[in-house]
Amino acid sequence: MSILLAILVDGVAYGMILFLISVGLSVTMGLMRVINLAHGGFALIGGALAHLALIRLGLPWAVAAGLGVLGTVAVAVVLERAFYRHIYGRPELEQVLATVGLAFLMIASVNLALGSSLLALPAPEWMRGSVDLGVRTLPVHRVVVLAAGAAIALALWALVERSRFGIRLRAAVDDARAASALGIDTGRVYAAAFALGAGLAALGGILGAELLPIEAYYPLRYLVLFLFVVAVGGMGSIAGSLAAALALGVLDTAARYLVPDFGTIFFYLGTMAILAVRPRGLLGRA
Amino acid sequence: MPRRPLRTAALAAVGIVVGWSALAETVRIGVIAPFSGPFARYGEQFQQAVETYVALNGDDPGGHQVEWLWRDSGGPDPGRAKALARELIVSDGVDYLAGFTFTPNAMAVAPLITQAEIPTVIFNAATSTITEASPFFVRASHTLAQLAAPAARHAHGEGARKVVTAVTDYAPGHNAEEAFTAAFEAEGGEVLDRIRMPLKTTDFAPFVQRIKDSGADAVFVFLPVGPPTFAFVKAYNDNALADAGITFYGTGETDETTLEALGDAALGLTTLYHYSAAHDSPENAAFQAKLAELHPGAIANFMSVGAYDGAHLLWTMIEAAGGSDPEAAIEAVEGLEWTSPRGPLKLDPETRHVTQNVYVRRVERDAETGRLVNREVETLPDQPDWGLVGD
Repeated sequence: MSILLAILVDGVAYGMILFLISVGLSVTMGLMRVINLAHGGFALIGGALAHLALIRLGLPWAVAAGLGVLGTVAVAVVLERAFYRHIYGRPELEQVLATVGLAFLMIASVNLALGSSLLALPAPEWMRGSVDLGVRTLPVHRVVVLAAGAAIALALWALVERSRFGIRLRAAVDDARAASALGIDTGRVYAAAFALGAGLAALGGILGAELLPIEAYYPLRYLVLFLFVVAVGGMGSIAGSLAAALALGVLDTAARYLVPDFGTIFFYLGTMAILAVRPRGLLGRA
Repeated sequence: MPRRPLRTAALAAVGIVVGWSALAETVRIGVIAPFSGPFARYGEQFQQAVETYVALNGDDPGGHQVEWLWRDSGGPDPGRAKALARELIVSDGVDYLAGFTFTPNAMAVAPLITQAEIPTVIFNAATSTITEASPFFVRASHTLAQLAAPAARHAHGEGARKVVTAVTDYAPGHNAEEAFTAAFEAEGGEVLDRIRMPLKTTDFAPFVQRIKDSGADAVFVFLPVGPPTFAFVKAYNDNALADAGITFYGTGETDETTLEALGDAALGLTTLYHYSAAHDSPENAAFQAKLAELHPGAIANFMSVGAYDGAHLLWTMIEAAGGSDPEAAIEAVEGLEWTSPRGPLKLDPETRHVTQNVYVRRVERDAETGRLVNREVETLPDQPDWGLVGD
């Protein structure tokens, strides 16, 4: 019994980290339908900026994290204008090639500026240590991630499904021409949605850094992980991404507890099984 | 007359004719190492260390001019390593090969260097059996058994009786696990569990929990430097294994390139390794001063010291034999003893691998610089490669 509870606790905590680092991609790739393989690059930029603010400038953690996210949003707005705008309507292969190239550029830039060793993002004092849940002591950091993940999931759902911005975004993606004929500034809506996706990537990168440390190769090292979560969750579904991340987290954790010698095979088998039954993902839109 | 009958015969066998006479004055060394991709830092470190050695010891060993040819192997890619070695030997006419970060890359060139009689100095690749694959291999780095076996004896000496091994599930991890287990059981200790963690693991909490539940009094760990090490050490701390009385014994987990990122989580960790940047000796001070002068911000670690001592082997061979007598070159370094930045070294003539001190180190914060260092607290002298000597 206690092992089941331990799996559940660890699995949900791990799943929430997966959700945090992937949800931004669910926005750009799912809602905006851009195959953004440079997603991890925005997490890297956020982490690198936060690292600079935290280590070089000695700012408090929360301020550094905020600067990292805002800095990434600024970079994303510029990139959206200069680069992404031109690939929105392009075929998928062209989007893949363009964004993978961008990911390489981001890797090389960080490598050149900061080197290829790990970029430390030490958690603040209040996030260290652990809380005793009875079945399992859980690091405070993971509790913070759990809370942040839940809050972001809720806020995003409200934003996309309930707010005026969400309506405009969905309208712009579904039929850009009709949307602009109705007076929606589609260019602006796209830019805002893209910046949101990048900002979420940065936040995920910074909050997840205790598990997936920030270093120059981050965008490619974890790319498959992001894609799994979005694919299993279903493109464009925030709730789907959350469900997928939690399911994959629990599955992977259970495999590590029960059959560690089998490696990560259950993660892949689970993904294949879900996609075989539901090719559009758990909660994918048709 | 060809200068090298055997080598020329070998080359003729693949149908390529090269004029050797033009190369009489200059000794050429081809280095195969990663210069691009996620491991590019290793190649860069090789290059920096070699430049440091040359700056300290002169660029003309025995009056010969030396020309370096650097080639990018990318990551572990035996096919590419072999193709590069063939090109270096056949087209560029190198007299020596060096470098090699990954075991598969070194293994792939073994038949070539044997056939063409090219003395080859391994700067890093750490599987014991490499030097058995060709009589022209010499190695300046370390092997996993060389570190893991003393780690087992040391852990037992410190009172550990029941251990769990937790290694990454790839060849070096298996080597480390096997060497540790054999040595620990020979001491009379018990290995409760041998955990092999997938290479792609990002969350180590379940493994750490399993170690905690096992009732062991120590854990022996081997992981590749970088994100996996970082995440494992975090998990070890987050789950308070030290407080549960489970001592951490590692090898290179607290490598100088990862240490600062680990931060306070690393404090107090015990590792057994052949080089610490904090090693207190005039040789190490001279090496680091020159390295810092030539490449400000460069980090001295096992990679750079492996290449630095590799350069010493190359220089000794060239002084003794120039570029024309591979057998004499190998003979010149067999049994060679010298003092390296890491301490006293001897190239074992049987295994053609360095016998060296293994240091028990503890991570602490240096009072002067405020940075984390691997402080050497005990020296286990003259450790051979237990992977080849032990059996």
